[in-house]
Amino acid sequence: MTTVEDRKALIDEVLEAYPDKAKKLRAKHISVQEAEKADCGVKSNKKSVPGVMTTRGCAYAGAKGVVWGPVKDMIHISHGPVGCGYYSWSGRRNYYIGTTGVDTFGTMQFTSDFQERDIVFGGDKKLAKLIDELEDLFPLNQGTTIESECPVGLIGDDIEAVARAKAKETGKPVIPVRCEGFRGVSQSLGHHIANDTVRDWVLPKADDYRKLPEGFEPGPYDVNIIGDYNIGGDAWPSRLLLEEIGLRVISQFSGDGTFNEVVMTPLAKLNLIHCYRSMNYICRFMEEKYGIGWLEYNFFGPTQIAKSLRKIAAQFDETIQAKAEEVIAKYQPRMDAIAAKYRARLEGKKVMMMVGGLRPRHVVPAFTDLGMDVIGTGYEFGHGDDYKRTAEYVNEGTVIYDDISGYEFEEFAKELKPDLIAAGIKEKYVFQKMALPFRQMHSWDYSGPYHGYDGFEVFARDMDLAINNPTWGLIQAPWEQ
Amino acid sequence: MTDNLDNAIPTPACGGEDPGQIKDHFDLFHTDTYQDLFEYKRQFEGAHSRETVEEIAEWTKGWEYREKNFSREALTINPAKACQPLGALFVAAGFEDTLPYSHGSQGCVAYFRTHLTRNYKEPFQAVSSSMTEDAAVFGGLSNLKAGLENSYTLYKPKMIALCTTCMAEVIGDDLGAFITTSKNEGHIPEDLPVPYAHTPSFVGSHITGYDNMLRGILKTLTKDEKAETTNGKFNFNLGFDPYIGNIRELKRILSLFGVDYTILSDNSDTFDSPNTGEFKMYNGLTTLADTADSINAEGTVFFQKYTTPKTQEYVAKDWGQKTYNFRPFGIKGTDEFLMALSAITGKPIPLELQQERGRAVDALTDSQAWIHGKKVAMYGDPDHVLGLIQFLLEMGAEPTHIVVTNTNEDFEAEARELLTSSPYGQGGTVWGGKDLWHLRSLMFTEPVDLLIGNSYGKYLWRDTGTPLVRIGYPIFDRHHMHRYATFGYQGAINQFNWIVNTILDELDRKTIVPAKTDISFDLIR
Repeated sequence: MTTVEDRKALIDEVLEAYPDKAKKLRAKHISVQEAEKADCGVKSNKKSVPGVMTTRGCAYAGAKGVVWGPVKDMIHISHGPVGCGYYSWSGRRNYYIGTTGVDTFGTMQFTSDFQERDIVFGGDKKLAKLIDELEDLFPLNQGTTIESECPVGLIGDDIEAVARAKAKETGKPVIPVRCEGFRGVSQSLGHHIANDTVRDWVLPKADDYRKLPEGFEPGPYDVNIIGDYNIGGDAWPSRLLLEEIGLRVISQFSGDGTFNEVVMTPLAKLNLIHCYRSMNYICRFMEEKYGIGWLEYNFFGPTQIAKSLRKIAAQFDETIQAKAEEVIAKYQPRMDAIAAKYRARLEGKKVMMMVGGLRPRHVVPAFTDLGMDVIGTGYEFGHGDDYKRTAEYVNEGTVIYDDISGYEFEEFAKELKPDLIAAGIKEKYVFQKMALPFRQMHSWDYSGPYHGYDGFEVFARDMDLAINNPTWGLIQAPWEQ
Repeated sequence: MTDNLDNAIPTPACGGEDPGQIKDHFDLFHTDTYQDLFEYKRQFEGAHSRETVEEIAEWTKGWEYREKNFSREALTINPAKACQPLGALFVAAGFEDTLPYSHGSQGCVAYFRTHLTRNYKEPFQAVSSSMTEDAAVFGGLSNLKAGLENSYTLYKPKMIALCTTCMAEVIGDDLGAFITTSKNEGHIPEDLPVPYAHTPSFVGSHITGYDNMLRGILKTLTKDEKAETTNGKFNFNLGFDPYIGNIRELKRILSLFGVDYTILSDNSDTFDSPNTGEFKMYNGLTTLADTADSINAEGTVFFQKYTTPKTQEYVAKDWGQKTYNFRPFGIKGTDEFLMALSAITGKPIPLELQQERGRAVDALTDSQAWIHGKKVAMYGDPDHVLGLIQFLLEMGAEPTHIVVTNTNEDFEAEARELLTSSPYGQGGTVWGGKDLWHLRSLMFTEPVDLLIGNSYGKYLWRDTGTPLVRIGYPIFDRHHMHRYATFGYQGAINQFNWIVNTILDELDRKTIVPAKTDISFDLIR
């Protein structure tokens, strides 16, 4: 049997454990990559099967936890009961520079802490009062977003009306984000909803809100970094490279971003998007409305970094292109040394991934740069266009799984015996109990950055320390060997 | 040595040609390259001037700000409480082959699993009904039927413990009827126990959810199990206690006594399972048979009074059982527990425990001087905080600011009574319903020597410079704390160790700069 047939058989075998209806549903989401499959052959962005352990989050997680949360100088209100705000408090390592509680608020939790009476009588009055209290206690905040939790939508509160009234009173942006957790099938809809609030509530008012830097004049090389959430500082090495090739980054939307940067985005010449899934919507809008082009780039691993830098430079003149070549040439020897060192330890190791956003495809070449082989990958909440973009990154025979359940992931790992699994915190200890090396690919396992040349060094080191951790050799007791 | 004169953070000699020298976020962003980048970025940020930020930062530390802060009514900032289902899943996971199930939108269960996993660094398995808009309109019955059938078939549990989320509560799903329908239609076997609890986030907190689910499980499993005579055993329940070391310590104490027991929800292996190279989905240690038989015990002992009010009422009324409340923290708390246990069971206090007591008292006496008169701020769940106050008082520390977000009047009265019972507690104030932003104001206006709480306290530690002892849940940024006991004499030594050595660490930090502050940088303390 070929690898492809072999793996197809494995999928069928694993699916046998489900009741018929669930089996039928899940079968559409798992496939093996073959040359002719430009979309990886899987269905995506459908409802998760009830009772099956999915790793997906909700719209609230996408809107507050991902897109708006890292805008550091605004206050993001978790509007509703205490839980959602509590669990998403400080969990995502969106690094920022600022004085927390004074001019930045990224690692704080603000909630209306709904009680039963708020469910019965509605929470709009409480919300209005809460915004007054925020203004009183945090005068340097640059605006507010209201992330609504499940009950707010169900009881029919009019948070938009509160937002309008309060924005008028305070003269600052107050943005209602209808991201109740029951909307959509995953956090993905939350990203979209958050993008739409930028389109509807921010950009039309941008000229009122904008604080242009003194002497600011739009330049030919102005770009935005879109959809880099600065996990472990990722956006900074990326910004460094873009500035090194002569571009001027005027906005980091949204990692270490400010509200002013958000409203400055339409001033740029080009939107550079890293996490396509979470922020393509606003890029498309800006293209349509302001004629600003956008370009997806990948700053994982030297091969893709060089490719992306050239692709970005090609949008500009020869000066930038020449500088891009200079920058690539400057870092290449160091990258070669890193790759040489770590290839010796990692060559031929097999990897299975399951992450959100962009990583199930974007990280593949970084592994390849280290001589490693990705044999399985998939998204928590990808869409058809993500899988189309994935096809170019993966080899024939790669197992592709959409919204993989805990059970499926464990079974595939048992059979395919990868040397490393790269997924999230909920999966980490399951696989470590199976004596499988693991790295968290949402939070970089509290390490990072992984983006850019500086990030690749850390990435290489971390894969080595996971796989070549000597404690794996201790799991079996000597008397059992 | 001269490099250290300013006590600046040394920049390691990394980068360059040597691929062995790799800088991660701890060092990388302190280099000039990145510091320049941050400075350059400021021009686009629309930021306030550094002077303004400094001025406002100072203002937030004063009395005027404190008054403003305490007058807020609608806004909650950094609350020290989570929501009901977290406690419900936590208690459910202590039972044999039990699948915790959250009925509602799937985002909630992703958060619960993440939160517990981050504290324990252990897998936490739970499922949800994955309800979306259509369920919001039509109700969650079809999701629950499919969810029960799929999870039962796939994960083969002996029990599914079902709790709700806000969504299911607001749309008014009738869990009891839904479960009956699911059984009648054959989605799950008739005899599969499916205890349930209503656990909306807008009522109570994680400890309320713990209580609701525990009662639900006991009710379901003990139905028709009442026997003529008792089984001679005692039941024990620890409440929402994050220290699995406490369950193990309790079991050791009971074994030493020779008491036959059932732990109601023994999740010690759930949150600390051995690495054998095989993943085991269920690790709850309380068997369903023992749970069913718990109705026939001699009595039930609770260690968290304010976490389990409904369960206690149920055990006392419906089971007709004697219930006890003990707080075996510190020396006196443990003394009271052991004496009562001896009285209840008629068994003498084991010699080994008596010797342990002597060792614990010896340790306390040796180090008490470093703690005497130290003012302490703390926050946490009601029962957790009471145990701490009691222990601090017997060490001569002064509990000063006590913040409990998920409070009630009975707890506050008990806490005040405890404080007034000791000369060291006279300055203590209990702040019910307040949050960690209130505590920040308290700590700036009336500074203390020490802060005790969970990992979220690290922001208060940073802002106020008060050393933090991490005791409570969650602890994300220190490893393995949950493995230790805080319970019994051993627990007293552990907590004492953390507290006194934090104070000593702080003294070292304060006396570390050569030729400036290092006059009392003593070797022996």
